[in-house]
Amino acid sequence: MKELLLIVVPLVAAAGAALWPHDRTRPWFLPAAGLAHSLLAFWLLFHPPAVPFHPWLGYDPLARAMLPAVSLLFLGCAAYGVPYLRLRAERPNRVFVAGLLAALGLMSAAHMARHLGLLWIATEAVTLSSVPLLHFNNTPRAFEATWKYLLVGGTGIALSLLGSFCLGYASLHGGGAGDLTFAALMAQGTGLSRPWVLIAWVLLLVGYGTKMGLAPMHTWKPDAYGEAPGIVGAMLAGGVTTVAFTAVLRVRAVVEAAGAGGVASRTLLVIGLFSTLVAALFLLSARDFKRMLAYSSVEHMGILSFGAALGGVGLWAAFFHVWNNSMTKGALFLSAGNLRRAAGGRTIDEVSGMSVITPRSAALFVAGLFAVTACPPFGPFFSELLIVKSAFATGHGWGAAFFLVCLLLAFFGLTRVVFAIVYGRPRTAARKMDPRFRETLAVIVPPVVLLLLSLGLGLATPDVLREAWTAAVRQLSPTP
Amino acid sequence: MGLNLVALGTSRLPSLIRVAALQGMVLGIMPLVIEHELRLMVLVIAAATVAMKGLVIPALLRRAMRTANIDRDLYPLIGFLPSLLLGAAGMIGAVVLARRLPLLPEHRESLLVAGALASVLTGLLLLIGRSKAISQVCGYLILENGIYLFGLLLIHSTPLLVEGGILLDLTVAVFVTGIIVDRIQRAFDSLDTRKLTVLRE
Repeated sequence: MKELLLIVVPLVAAAGAALWPHDRTRPWFLPAAGLAHSLLAFWLLFHPPAVPFHPWLGYDPLARAMLPAVSLLFLGCAAYGVPYLRLRAERPNRVFVAGLLAALGLMSAAHMARHLGLLWIATEAVTLSSVPLLHFNNTPRAFEATWKYLLVGGTGIALSLLGSFCLGYASLHGGGAGDLTFAALMAQGTGLSRPWVLIAWVLLLVGYGTKMGLAPMHTWKPDAYGEAPGIVGAMLAGGVTTVAFTAVLRVRAVVEAAGAGGVASRTLLVIGLFSTLVAALFLLSARDFKRMLAYSSVEHMGILSFGAALGGVGLWAAFFHVWNNSMTKGALFLSAGNLRRAAGGRTIDEVSGMSVITPRSAALFVAGLFAVTACPPFGPFFSELLIVKSAFATGHGWGAAFFLVCLLLAFFGLTRVVFAIVYGRPRTAARKMDPRFRETLAVIVPPVVLLLLSLGLGLATPDVLREAWTAAVRQLSPTP
Repeated sequence: MGLNLVALGTSRLPSLIRVAALQGMVLGIMPLVIEHELRLMVLVIAAATVAMKGLVIPALLRRAMRTANIDRDLYPLIGFLPSLLLGAAGMIGAVVLARRLPLLPEHRESLLVAGALASVLTGLLLLIGRSKAISQVCGYLILENGIYLFGLLLIHSTPLLVEGGILLDLTVAVFVTGIIVDRIQRAFDSLDTRKLTVLRE
């Protein structure tokens, strides 16, 4: 029953926020619901329910391995959201706050969905609820980004529905009774019709891969991340992508049970490496530091997909990396939001010398850069090291070498942009600075906490998380 | 299936919307034709589909078209003749592909799978090949129609919840799109997505 609260609490808060009459106090709904959600998610992490709540929906090991990370990220963003929305008092925030809370509830639902159709509905609903978040800034550029997001994301989600139907037909063709829960599909195993399973895998990978932002379906990402407020960027990069990754993993478990695991692993491997390569190349030419973060997100989705392709230890490391990705992306997007607000520009042509203007945010941004490019002792270093180790152990030496080259290129690209904006002489930007912006504690503490969490995850990974990830790996591949 | 070709060949916005609406109506009646015995669930699904795809969504699109005061011609990125030829080729490909796929005996004789694949291809073609926001929405509708047609194969086994969710999401999607169309109109004074090219590398 408690797992239902994970969905209900944010949705009720969203309804409350939509009805709340005062713009000034409405943002407090965000941290309140975020705190309740986190407490609940972590309580369930430590005391997992023995049996899933319902065959269609439940806090199973996979949800347990992922959802608390998203919840924690949301709490960080929510705490940042209060001072941020006070700064943007000129924009009505009713739809924004309600949309953000609804997105949290639907993301919980999508993580816990154990049914093919329910998973699709929840993912589609997450997509729709994030549309108003993207055009919060109300500029023509924000509309353009939203339109692209809707069109590319909508087509992707339509293809994943077609894939879901194909998987359903595979089950029907194999003599199944049409039970579309993942447990039933996995139990049917090789009874599923192979051609239909393969078609379904391709369509679902393309569909949910679009949401995840795997190259070449990543085209909406830079626009959306570049134009959306920092909190939304962080939630998209750390939350929505995690939902899509969970979906891909659930589908892959079915494909593997149907005896096509080799094909699935190969496609994931290729698409993962391709994403890291594309991201690395674009990072080398990026000039805008918010779009840069989007390409970095594409890179990390590639890393996740590479890790998942390796299976076993690699998959375990991918779960580890999901947590690291959520925390570091949160810290980066929030500090980038600070820089953007203080500088009034976003490209390296307009912005420089941020270490003088906003020393704390700039320091945070640089620290976040080292975290996201997997420098020790931050968490991503350990998870990526584990992925590379498992790649060598499973005989993917060339893949690992290619992967490392891409990471190196991405590192060059990221450091180039970051140091260009942080150091140098402060420049008067093309647009006027926001005079109200101050580096108060309220906008510095949330990203600092997220970054410290990433550090802590790397240095001392809690045993309960290790155990949760192992359980999730076991759920996805019952016979290792 | 012939409707797909009309959709590709048409040069005017209202007729494109009419084609999408007609296709939605036909789709709504399909479950009644396929089912041999009439059950309440099937009836409800059919009625809901006809209402949504055939009436509500086209009405919304027309309203968007009228309020935005768009001129009625379509400016294709892929010309009408090439898109017709591509559509026809896609249709042949869909029939051939449907023949080669393993199907249950009761679905083997019908053109359901072929029609569904052809619609999906047409929808994608319209999405890529037309530059106006509303015609892209129509393309998306035809894509969704194809997917829905495929979903009819599973109508025995998929519970109502999934079907209901699909309809609901479709409407909401168009709703949201409609709002955005409205905003694009105000911000750019045009519904031509070719002008949405500020954001690029």
